[in-house]
Amino acid sequence: MSPLTTSPTVKEIRPLTRIDGPEIQDLARGAAILGTGGGGDPYVGRLLAEAAVRERGPVGIVQVADVPDDAVVVSAAMMGAPTVMVEKLPTGTQFAQAVRNLTDRLGIVPTHIACIEAGGVNSTTPIVAAAELGLPLIDADGMGRAFPEVQMVLPTLYGHAAAPMAVADEKGNSLVLDTIDNRWAERLARTATVEMGCSVSTAQYVLTGAQLKQSYVPGTLSLCVELGRTLLRARAGNADPVAAVAEVLSGRILFEGKVTDVERRTQTGFARGTARVSGVGADQDRTAMLRFQNEHLLVEVEGRIETTAPDLIIVLEADTGEPITTEGLRYGARVRIVTAPADPRWHSAAAHDLAGPAYFGYDTDPVLFDGVVVSGS
Amino acid sequence: MRIGIDVGGTNTDAVLMDGNTVAAAVKRSTSADVTTGIVEALAALQDQRAFPVDEIDAVMIGTTHFINALVEARRLAPTAAVRLGLPATASLPPFVDWPEALVQAMHGRAYLAHGGHEFDGREISPLDPDELKRHAADIAASGSRSVAISSVFSPINSELELRAQEILQAELGPDVAFSLSHEIGRIGLLERENATIINAALRELATSIVDGLASSVAASGLTAPLFLSQNDGTLMDMEYARRYPVATFASGPTNSMRGAAVLSGLDTCAVVDVGGTTTDVGVLNLGFPREATGEVLVAGVRTNFRMPDVLSIGIGGGSLIRDGGALVGPDSVGYRLNTEALVFGGSTLTATDVAVAAGWAEIGDAGGVGHLTKETADRALDVIATRVADVVERMRTSAAPLPVVAVGGGSVLLPEELPGLGRLHRPENFAVANAIGAAIAQVSGEIDKVYAISEGRRATVIDEARQEAVDRAIAAGAHPGSVEIVDFDEVPIPYLPGNATRIRAKAVGDLALTAVVR
Repeated sequence: MSPLTTSPTVKEIRPLTRIDGPEIQDLARGAAILGTGGGGDPYVGRLLAEAAVRERGPVGIVQVADVPDDAVVVSAAMMGAPTVMVEKLPTGTQFAQAVRNLTDRLGIVPTHIACIEAGGVNSTTPIVAAAELGLPLIDADGMGRAFPEVQMVLPTLYGHAAAPMAVADEKGNSLVLDTIDNRWAERLARTATVEMGCSVSTAQYVLTGAQLKQSYVPGTLSLCVELGRTLLRARAGNADPVAAVAEVLSGRILFEGKVTDVERRTQTGFARGTARVSGVGADQDRTAMLRFQNEHLLVEVEGRIETTAPDLIIVLEADTGEPITTEGLRYGARVRIVTAPADPRWHSAAAHDLAGPAYFGYDTDPVLFDGVVVSGS
Repeated sequence: MRIGIDVGGTNTDAVLMDGNTVAAAVKRSTSADVTTGIVEALAALQDQRAFPVDEIDAVMIGTTHFINALVEARRLAPTAAVRLGLPATASLPPFVDWPEALVQAMHGRAYLAHGGHEFDGREISPLDPDELKRHAADIAASGSRSVAISSVFSPINSELELRAQEILQAELGPDVAFSLSHEIGRIGLLERENATIINAALRELATSIVDGLASSVAASGLTAPLFLSQNDGTLMDMEYARRYPVATFASGPTNSMRGAAVLSGLDTCAVVDVGGTTTDVGVLNLGFPREATGEVLVAGVRTNFRMPDVLSIGIGGGSLIRDGGALVGPDSVGYRLNTEALVFGGSTLTATDVAVAAGWAEIGDAGGVGHLTKETADRALDVIATRVADVVERMRTSAAPLPVVAVGGGSVLLPEELPGLGRLHRPENFAVANAIGAAIAQVSGEIDKVYAISEGRRATVIDEARQEAVDRAIAAGAHPGSVEIVDFDEVPIPYLPGNATRIRAKAVGDLALTAVVR
């Protein structure tokens, strides 16, 4: 296990000190980019966060280095289907309720809220919880990207437990799970989520400040805001927004083209899909294949695998640079595919077992964002 | 024969169509009262080619009246929005994220009530009649005359919206109009609710406009049934139009593209509309515009209307030409073309000037461009052709050849052949393409639902969904034998186990004119 690592890209970014409204839109847009096609629609999350801050006042943002070692940190999130969430809108108070249910049960007093995931929904909903509870939010997350399951976070690799984990719905139902490991937390919470109507708030990964410093990705919220602003700045200045995003993430623009085929099939409860992208411009006469489940997980160009999870595969609208979700991928969409490095801790053998291509059912070694194959992991 | 009428902000166009052939076409100014302009246009049509009024099977009208009323925030009814879904959705009540001025213009009032469904059809909470009666008292006291009702997952189960309407109507009386979200939009509560509220605010205007349209057509002696064009290029009858004015919002660009296509005899093609300032490119697939994905802002309000996917670039007849022809646009002299272009005695070199210099068009005084070098003209026209071809290329979705139809006053800027795309189709009468698009419209039915597909039942579920879309098209007035599925989309829902799948299907057929003996 590598020591505490700071992602090289985050260094030059101005750290957030508080969230009081205007930056939420940038944050949501940036989070959808890091969501790599998953993580949900940022619009509802943004509106919820804006409403919470309007009613409860600004949320203070604390940098990871400034979190006391004995802090009591709870990660707040949503679990369920983004399609459901845009229809059955959550109630703002349910986020704080999940946290309260958990901390009351454990008899602890939380000092900070954190994000578990970078994605359209789960980077904004912790703002709602923090505003409701009057607690500061830590500028970090548990993945540095989006993944579909509870156990797929860096804290799992450090032996930290997701449970006790609280699950609460908007109707007032709630439960607190005790599980033997993080995969069981995923399994039981997922079942409860479906019964509760497929859109619930959760509280999990109760950590000390020291544990959080060790296992979370620092600077995620600031990075999201920076990404969102970069897009708008580039567009306003007639610069290339996709190139600007790739630069902020130290990634590369892999391919440009039109989506000419999208195939989705449902298999063992997971939506598995492929999209064919026919090249234009410099990629004329070449073809890229995207393989996705909830997130984009693998990309091939002319039959060669160019990148796989856990590195980031980001599909952006070719001109505006707006992120496109896997659900939103449509025949005829004009896209550019950007690949970028995940937090380096995602590249141990254990991490590849947790969230590498093999876990998602693709028979290949992991391939880094720059096309380098990681063999024998 | 059919008559198509397009009532735009500036002009009212009318065409007499015999099948897909234009028998007569006229253009008149739109009058402030709408009616006069239509009566004049119909009279001019008679003058151009006399037709017995009983040979007209149907009159189709496309109008931008309702979207303009919303954008200008005028003549909007005081509107209440009632949402069923508590305890869910409470943090984001109706009118959230709307422009404040528009909410005020319709005296918008938001009410939350219990009700709504889960994704799988279970109720979130039971409807509470007493709660709704209390809301009704407040709605009555506040003077709202139109009510929008939205319920969580009503596209899956519409029962609670219908029951809430019953309860509220009993309290508020028959003069208050109701708009129900399941009849207007698809999944995505806020976007569907927003469209429903907009519809509610337009109901009073719809009554007066529809009455005006009907009386102006009747005043011309026509007895044929009257229809309005919808966003997707299909038709609704007058009774439906009174209740769903919002369904006309995108009919302008849709009718224009469909009209252009029928004029050229193509049903799958790219349509390039070259105006004074921009060139808009859209794609028709089997006669219907490809729709834009994602949300659409209308007057600052987020909706999920299906709008045609159109890509625009800053090239038009008034585009400025610089750098010896190497730079075209994006700025344009716009409506001042008639005074500023060289061929009109002005001092600005425009795209129209280079087309005249090259001998492609006879506009104004060719003497005004006598000094222009052939090199400059050729270079500018080459830039225009290359950039327009590039846009068409980007709109293509497959390598299969895609014919290109050019319309609009600025289409003289385009060569006979676009690089890599072959010969351009240039239909006659393109100036009245909107009215033609209205005249040829068909009838549609649509579904958008989430299905839990159990093992081995996929084919059955898909068949049921398609049949439901077909049934809806027939209910909307389509001739049963002519109905076909034109759009089908099946998307498994992410992060949701149990094979939950969202299915959308659209069926289209010819208007059934059973009452008409031909």
